[in-house]
Amino acid sequence: MKAFSDTRTGTMFLAPAIVILSAISLYPICALIWLSFRHHVLPFDIDQFIGLENYTALLSTARFWNSLVVTGYFAILSVTIEIVVGVVIALLLSLSFRGVGWVRAAVILPWAIPTVVTAKIWDWMFQPYVGVFNYALEAMEIIDGPVNWLGSPVLAINAAIVADVWKTTPFVVILVLAGLAVIPQDLYRAAAIDGASSWQTFWHITLPQLGTVLMVVILFRVVDAVRVFDLLYVMTGGGPADTTETLSIYTYKILFQTLQFGYGSALGVTMFLLVAGLSLVQLWIGRDMFRRMIGKRV
Amino acid sequence: MRSGWQRSLLLPLCVTVVLSWSLLPIAWQVTTSLKPNAELLSLPPLFPSAPTTEHYRVLFEEQSFHQSLINSAVVSVLTTVAALVIGALAAFPLARLRIAGKGMFLGVVLAASMFPAIVTVGPLFVIIRALGLRDTWWALVISHTSFALPLTIWILTNFMRELPDDLYRAARVDGCTPWQAFIYIFVPLCRPGFAAAAILVFLFSWTEFLFALTFTATEASRTIPVAIVLFPGIHEIPWGEMAAASVIVTVPVFVLVALFHKHIVLGLTAGAVKG
Repeated sequence: MKAFSDTRTGTMFLAPAIVILSAISLYPICALIWLSFRHHVLPFDIDQFIGLENYTALLSTARFWNSLVVTGYFAILSVTIEIVVGVVIALLLSLSFRGVGWVRAAVILPWAIPTVVTAKIWDWMFQPYVGVFNYALEAMEIIDGPVNWLGSPVLAINAAIVADVWKTTPFVVILVLAGLAVIPQDLYRAAAIDGASSWQTFWHITLPQLGTVLMVVILFRVVDAVRVFDLLYVMTGGGPADTTETLSIYTYKILFQTLQFGYGSALGVTMFLLVAGLSLVQLWIGRDMFRRMIGKRV
Repeated sequence: MRSGWQRSLLLPLCVTVVLSWSLLPIAWQVTTSLKPNAELLSLPPLFPSAPTTEHYRVLFEEQSFHQSLINSAVVSVLTTVAALVIGALAAFPLARLRIAGKGMFLGVVLAASMFPAIVTVGPLFVIIRALGLRDTWWALVISHTSFALPLTIWILTNFMRELPDDLYRAARVDGCTPWQAFIYIFVPLCRPGFAAAAILVFLFSWTEFLFALTFTATEASRTIPVAIVLFPGIHEIPWGEMAAASVIVTVPVFVLVALFHKHIVLGLTAGAVKG
């Protein structure tokens, strides 16, 4: 009886959230799946059921496979660098020194500013003739002439990764700092008594203790890196020669530049399955850790 | 644990490197926004010979940048209010009431926060066009609210859970309805949670780009991130104006981070969302 009345009251509280999440998040997913089985081109009112044709077309399109490779390269490289750099910075900022609070706030700033601004900042610094990056490298005599960072098929994606590392490492730093703060100090004291070096302490105490936090950070970072859009769309627009065209950017171009909503939706479904699959795999790998974490919270 | 010379020499050096890496790109953008056009076309000079506010003037007098500023402010504030109200209402029963399907609901909320925006933007565009909401504030407020909700619900649920169990029971024994317990006890006690969620939602909406790019068509509803990308460049890219606009859009962010970075950390570690 009690549980029943709670459910009724609870449903009333939950109603607005359920309505908006269903309308704006869940319904579009269903619409997406439905559209992906149709030949639907917006301006010509073309709309017919074609079964799996969009998907077979997608699998035989080289540009789709290229976007998958670009997405994978971007995600693997950027997340790896962000995790390593983020842990190092977090270790530094976990020390207590004068002004550490302000340093922590300053480090968060790149994460908080709009990605569009990040893209413009780095685009401007990477300019071949007026960019400060080439200016500094020439002054240090590392390069002879201007390098066209964002115009070169090999360099552009890596330049974008630098910008992404700048913007997203703070996210890793914040979470790792929180993780460091809850490691029991006794462990460090015991290690010191046993005569462990800083390096040994890091590998055998700090890193294992950070396990859960790192799992969470990697989960969120991978999902985020795989769906990267803003940064690359503004910095390179997917160019030069599609070498920075990730799955998101390819999908966006198909949807809103060619207005092929059917084929674009098939790409969207693929993207959705990719992100969902990656999340599930990671949740499965870290299942024991997550179970412990949820057990603590709920 | 660390010897003296390491602390006195290595630490300041490392901190300087980290600070330079984080702040110099932003400082460079500020410098760029103050350079006369002629000095933007070559390097050196590194710094403007005579700093100018010309780019800022052009923004407001020739490009109606104030309209983008208003659009961004209205959309972000309305989104923050809507997400907090709806999120708090949802978080209360999830944290405190015994209801069926609670775990499943939280699971769906968490999954929804993983949806890439690019996946829903196509169908949402069709819906918004059909409803005649294209190029209005509402298109952005509704889509931003929905995307900010999972994070808000997650943060507020965690905060409400940490309040003592007896609080709700005591309130009910004293004759409070669930609604009164929510308004008079839980909302006031969760102020830090609301602050954390509010800042994160505001930042999300203030910086959001994909929906803003897709659902707006004219400067009547265009937010600043979109305005920066769509700056009219007739002959060359207007780097000076873009830098000035970047500085303006970053100022509120800078203030929020300086004043509330502890809340941001609190919200992120409770929610662990938004990259």
